[in-house]
Amino acid sequence: MATILDAQKLSISFGGLRAVDDFSIKIEKGELYGLIGPNGAGKTTVFNLLTGVYKPNEGRIILDEKDITRLDPVHKNKAGIARTFQNIRLYSKLSVIDNVKVGLHNQFHYSMIDGIFHTPAYKKVEKEITDRARELLSVFKMEQHADVLASNLPYGEQRKLEIARAMATEPKLLLLDEPAAGMNPNETKELMDTISFIREKFGMTILLIEHDMKLVSGICEKLTVLNFGRMLAEGETKEVLSNPEVIKAYLGDD
Amino acid sequence: MSFLTYFINGLSLGSIYAIIALGYTMVYGIAKMLNFAHGDFIMVGCYVVFTVVSTMGLNPLVGIAASIVICTLLGIITEKVAYKPLRNAGSPLAVLITAIGVSYFLENAALLIFGADTKAFTSVIKWEGVILANGALKIQGVTIITIAISLVILAVLQTFIYKTKAGQAMLAVSEDKGAASLMGIDVNKTISLTFAIGSSLAAIAGVLMCSAYPSLTPYTGAMPGIKAFVAAVLGGIGSIPGAMIGGLILGIIEILGKTYVSSQLSDAIVFGILVIVLIVKPTGILGKNIQEKV
Amino acid sequence: MTMKKIQDKYITYGMVVIAYVLCEILMRTGVMTSHIKGLLVPVCYYAIVAVGLNLCVGILGELSLGHAGFMCVGAYTSALFSFSMKEVLPTVPRFIIALFIGVAFSALFGFLIGIPVLRLKGDYLAIVTLAFGEIIKNVFNSVYLGLDDKGLHFSLKDMASMGMDPSGKILVNGAQGITGTPSDANFTIAAFLLLASLFIVQNLIDSRDGRAIMAIRDNRIAAESNGINITKYKMSAFTISAAIAGIAGVLFSHNISTLTATSQYFGYNASILILVYVVLGGIGNIRGSVIAAMVLYLLPELLRGLSDYRMLIYSIVLIVMMLFNWAPKAREFREKHFAFLKKRKEARQ
Repeated sequence: MATILDAQKLSISFGGLRAVDDFSIKIEKGELYGLIGPNGAGKTTVFNLLTGVYKPNEGRIILDEKDITRLDPVHKNKAGIARTFQNIRLYSKLSVIDNVKVGLHNQFHYSMIDGIFHTPAYKKVEKEITDRARELLSVFKMEQHADVLASNLPYGEQRKLEIARAMATEPKLLLLDEPAAGMNPNETKELMDTISFIREKFGMTILLIEHDMKLVSGICEKLTVLNFGRMLAEGETKEVLSNPEVIKAYLGDD
Repeated sequence: MSFLTYFINGLSLGSIYAIIALGYTMVYGIAKMLNFAHGDFIMVGCYVVFTVVSTMGLNPLVGIAASIVICTLLGIITEKVAYKPLRNAGSPLAVLITAIGVSYFLENAALLIFGADTKAFTSVIKWEGVILANGALKIQGVTIITIAISLVILAVLQTFIYKTKAGQAMLAVSEDKGAASLMGIDVNKTISLTFAIGSSLAAIAGVLMCSAYPSLTPYTGAMPGIKAFVAAVLGGIGSIPGAMIGGLILGIIEILGKTYVSSQLSDAIVFGILVIVLIVKPTGILGKNIQEKV
Repeated sequence: MTMKKIQDKYITYGMVVIAYVLCEILMRTGVMTSHIKGLLVPVCYYAIVAVGLNLCVGILGELSLGHAGFMCVGAYTSALFSFSMKEVLPTVPRFIIALFIGVAFSALFGFLIGIPVLRLKGDYLAIVTLAFGEIIKNVFNSVYLGLDDKGLHFSLKDMASMGMDPSGKILVNGAQGITGTPSDANFTIAAFLLLASLFIVQNLIDSRDGRAIMAIRDNRIAAESNGINITKYKMSAFTISAAIAGIAGVLFSHNISTLTATSQYFGYNASILILVYVVLGGIGNIRGSVIAAMVLYLLPELLRGLSDYRMLIYSIVLIVMMLFNWAPKAREFREKHFAFLKKRKEARQ
């Protein structure tokens, strides 16, 4: 199998604090990989490094055999990384379908002149965009909400829309930052099904942050555990979860 | 020597800007709003002094006291009636436009009461000033007093904010209204107090300004108000020492620009400096840089 | 694009066309006083600049207090052309070229000013646009430009320092501005340009680029993660917004015979007046900007009978409207007692 993401020895410091220290991860195509750890372990910082919000002080990020270490978020997305956010970041004043259409921005092109004069090129491409957006919404079973304002969606649906929007950018790697945060058990169950489904349907490679271990053990085949910015353990889910160091980090020293 | 004279004049004008900017920056820091009517409070203060001293013939001190009291009340009432209902309006533009409405209101009310003609303001400062270096350097009394008063105000404000309970409450409200109210701070009262202080400072600035530049119209306060806001941003909005520094820099540049470059372009130079400073340091000279967390 | 969006757009065009036809009828039948006639072109250019500013404030989400400055650029550059070509070119081509020149220069200024300004945020951005607006006004106020046998002469100081031959022609005379510009604009042209501005902005919003601009407004960080080039779209929106202000400027200077860069028309107060239209019409609501500009521009004129009190009443109306529209308590009150209004609003969305 081909390696999609190969991050080597990533480190970043804020002031004197080493938020992430010597972090490496290797994800194969089609894998569902979990990044777990207690609150404040540096999980989201790893995401911010991978997506270009922060630049690492040291280390390299290889995506599908291309070095993308120093790219900014826009170009990291163009290179093939899409993400969701821990605190949902939707385009709240746009409709659900327009949120997805923004995700499709770099998949379909016409010039701004076409856009202003609504030329035939505009009409043709705009129809393609709409069709593609509807298709994606139907995959996520959200087509009935297409014209609702994003901010008026129920919480669980907002999380789903964020994933749909990220998928619209046609990534090679999808990063999900605590997708189940704040969800009730039913919503969580439904979300996990959605994640499994898009993984099957699109052959998507997914890296998922979660601090609920139970949830992660259900769907991820590989895990990396982060604690105080350092890697505590990595490998097959079962092995990692039975690692005494990991248990100690989660349950304390007693 | 003439350069020194201009420089000191600039310092004096800058001190006036600084006093207005202090009020601006406090209101902005705590209520998080641009009070576009702030400059018009200056004008109101001037008309009060003018009425008390020139029309009623009373002692200037009575005039100053009356102008401070009326401006303070005006500030509190304006906040209560026009700004407070919009505190949680969802867009900062709502209260900005209302402030503009208040500004129009004050200007046009003054226009109705006092007319459009320029009133000659009698300086409340009778001191002639000092003559130094065998008459080569003459510093007017109003110049010296203006600079001195601005320094006193700066010292008092700094002490008030960092040493008193009410001042600490202001700091808390400026950081986080919700948390402050959970800590038992009366947010409404604190904001009222801020407006009271800001408006009384505007009254003082007005009296000093009209003493130095004795012509009064309903629009007297507008431009100094904008420039004081520029000064506050230049120094780093929300910062008390920043407002002082920004005000002084602006005043000096304005006078020197008027003298040595072009009187028509002096405003362009003042605004140009703001642009340059903000491009180099986007949060002003003493402003704090806050980054959005992802 | 949904049917609703298409309908919405044509309602706006229809509204402008109906207003235009109505005014024409009133004019032709002689019902309209010459005073009101004189207000028609100004209403159009204020509506145009409000539409342009709404693109910046409502769609891009950046508060500009300097749009009167862009209007000033459009007004001066186009007037300078028309004035110089007064005897050379006939009216129609002269105005068309002047329009292009005014729009091109205000777009250029928007672009150049946008580079530093759009790096700033919120109120800082607002005050720097205000500063640029004031700088533009100030500089145009001190420009002296003349033409004689030896060529163009220029000064920022006074007439004498241009060193111009006394027989030469003064083009721009400092604070006195440009005297004797041809009044090429009329109500029909103004209404047409309003429709054109609406066409540009409404179509832009309803396109791939418009969505990108609104995405940046709603959540910059998410937009970056969706691969949207933030700088490109901020600059585009700001530049187009400035260009539309330029259209208004061209109309302004071709509706009068003497152009001066006074604070009343090109200072920060004018920028704020335009912002008032945008906010009262609804931030991001393009049709609202047109309606608000029409109503609020005509309001003080209709209050003329109250003479001295009219501006006072205008300010009170402004404050009360803001409180009624925006205060959370007033909204609750409206929802309770005017529920039918809310339903209509929902249907529109």
